[in-house]
Amino acid sequence: MTRSRSAYSVPGRQGKFDTHIIVVWVDNETGVLARVVGLFSGRGYNIESLAVAEIDSKLNISRITIVTTGTPQVIEQIKLQLKKLVPVHKVADFRREDKNVIFKEMALFKVVGNNFKKEKALKACKKYNPVILDKTKKSYVIQITALRREIMLLHQLKLNPYLLDQLTILGVCFPKHL
Amino acid sequence: MSKLYSGAEIVFKCLEDQGVEFVFGYPGGAVLPIYDELKNFSFLKHILVRHEQGAGHAAEGYARSSGKPGVLIVTSGPGATNAVTALTDAYMDSVPLVCISGQVPTHLIGTDAFQECDTTGITRPCTKHNWLVKDINELEKTIHKAFEVATTGRPGPVLVDIPKDVQFQKTSYTKFVKQKKLNGKVHNQFSQNDIDELIKLMNKASKPIFYTGGGVINSGPKASELLRELVNTTGFPITTTLQGLGSYPGEDSQFLGMLGMHGSYEANNAMHDCDLMINIGARFDDRITGKIDEFSPKSKKVHIDIDPSSINKNVKVDLPIIGDVAEVIASTIKTIKKTKPNFAKSNKQKISKWWEKIQKWRSINSFDFVNSTETIKPQYAVQRLYELTKNKDTYITTEVGQHQMWAAQHYKFDKPNRWMTSGGLGTMGYGLPAAVGVQVAHPKKLVIDIAGEASVLMTMQEMSTAVQYSLPIKIFILNNEYMGMVRQWQELLHDKNYSESYTAALPDFVKLAEAYGCVGIRATRPEELDDKIIEMINTDRPVIFDCLVDKEENCFPMIPSGKPHNQMLLGPNDKKGKKITGKGKTLV
Repeated sequence: MTRSRSAYSVPGRQGKFDTHIIVVWVDNETGVLARVVGLFSGRGYNIESLAVAEIDSKLNISRITIVTTGTPQVIEQIKLQLKKLVPVHKVADFRREDKNVIFKEMALFKVVGNNFKKEKALKACKKYNPVILDKTKKSYVIQITALRREIMLLHQLKLNPYLLDQLTILGVCFPKHL
Repeated sequence: MSKLYSGAEIVFKCLEDQGVEFVFGYPGGAVLPIYDELKNFSFLKHILVRHEQGAGHAAEGYARSSGKPGVLIVTSGPGATNAVTALTDAYMDSVPLVCISGQVPTHLIGTDAFQECDTTGITRPCTKHNWLVKDINELEKTIHKAFEVATTGRPGPVLVDIPKDVQFQKTSYTKFVKQKKLNGKVHNQFSQNDIDELIKLMNKASKPIFYTGGGVINSGPKASELLRELVNTTGFPITTTLQGLGSYPGEDSQFLGMLGMHGSYEANNAMHDCDLMINIGARFDDRITGKIDEFSPKSKKVHIDIDPSSINKNVKVDLPIIGDVAEVIASTIKTIKKTKPNFAKSNKQKISKWWEKIQKWRSINSFDFVNSTETIKPQYAVQRLYELTKNKDTYITTEVGQHQMWAAQHYKFDKPNRWMTSGGLGTMGYGLPAAVGVQVAHPKKLVIDIAGEASVLMTMQEMSTAVQYSLPIKIFILNNEYMGMVRQWQELLHDKNYSESYTAALPDFVKLAEAYGCVGIRATRPEELDDKIIEMINTDRPVIFDCLVDKEENCFPMIPSGKPHNQMLLGPNDKKGKKITGKGKTLV
């Protein structure tokens, strides 16, 4: 082992990473998203996906849903640090595997081709309640809701031949009892 | 219809209702309306600094020595960015500051206007919270909220950014009645069960130790009193962090000295070997823990802290107790008295072996150094300074580096709020402006900045502030012409490559003192040191004391990087010589 020449300690053992969904209820005010996101970047936490919207216009509350990964210690820190922010009202934490949480992501695909190809693409999406949002002679914009891995599978394998390189994914999480 | 006040007036009305007496600041375009109103509010004394960083550190010194929040006013753009170092420093060391900054008028925000910067954006990561007040009707509420956020829970800095047009606009003001300290009730999340659990652990322990930090000081003087009672009741040994110095008497026999990288041999070894560690208001900082994986491997750890996010951040603990330190200690003492009135007696036998072990470590005398009759050793200078000032209720600030560690090792504190140093951020240039703030809070007391010549030059301009307000601060410079701590690391870890750590051109500090209109004193030989220090103490004006010390002295003991507590390096006086010799030093 080479000797350390640093004034800082060497990194210790690293634990196993878990995926968690952190839901944060915040005052809907200027800069609040920057505070939350800045906390993550400033302390070196991961953000895999992020969704934010106002949920109560009367009380002026927004909900930020963040999918993150980290060791149990890091996840605990994320929650405690979030709770310290002044505009944060409440923080909830869910495991992705949790049965009591509806965890879905919405994806929009644009597929291009003749009628045959378009219908074939639509059929591939059938399992995930596809909705056609936009129709032209040559293309469809299809909306589906599914799990991330299902979306990625669809995107990479089944839809690939027809796909214009456009894909949007928006993650949402909804606790059943809360 | 009630009287209408301008935004600028409301700022002062709020400060008045918050009981603010002093504000440190520097005027500029975007805060001119506020400065225009200053003459109409005689309750407030404004201290004009020479640089906004100085305003911030002075406010920190004021806050840490008085227990009240420090307030500073700075202008937009460069005024705000200059304050960032001080805000970050206050954030790291949990010092309550309220920074009021001017901003360009609302309609110019975002246009890259003259002296515009995104102040709330820049200060977001270095404040507990900040606000941009765009609506005059929000101003009063915001400033009072700012004081609440700064002073409750774990204290810290906040910033209120006020655009110039808002300072001119008018609205009504409702008198604000300050609520009693909310701290306890809101932040105490502990129950009697936690206290019982703690006492159970204390009963079982045969090698216990208290490890206390700045949280005890922040909790107020009462907390320090209670801590003394708790330590005496239990008979346990106690060590404090750099920021905790003064919470327990430095000369008491149960006190093991400071712990950590340059802490005492007995404190660090006791931390490593203990079976129960009771952390009160400290945060397991990396300068304290050394290598985390080997940090105090055999102990049960209790962590008492007001900030839930401090729990399990660096070190996993067995019993977290979240609450105000004073109240947790008070409940603990109360429960001990009720359930185990003879705790100390029954316990004495059990921990006597532990004390024997500690005495053995103590006998190594790890702060010892080889004194000289030729040159002034920096440790000797601090020792003499302590001996000659200890009966005076002295306030000490420091800069950052070797001199800071020597001050922490050799100056003993008896009371809280007497020791102001930049621990978390390690800001060179902190001590001089902090001394200004301390002297403002305690005009009759002796205030000394134990400084290094490199650090003090970073904020030397604040001498001018001290002279303007007749603040008789004493700047005691341990002058070795090197950035000493940088040089020490280069000697030990970078093969003596002293890259840029020597200052080849230094000012003549005595003449510099005279140029500022204060008094300069120089000491070059050990035998003249006492007389010169006495001369400094007896001078009722600001003094710069240029103490020329040994240029190559290193600060020992130390925990080398990546090593646990029980592998400390001792100084050259180590009789066994097995830990460190001339050659061994370079192999660290």
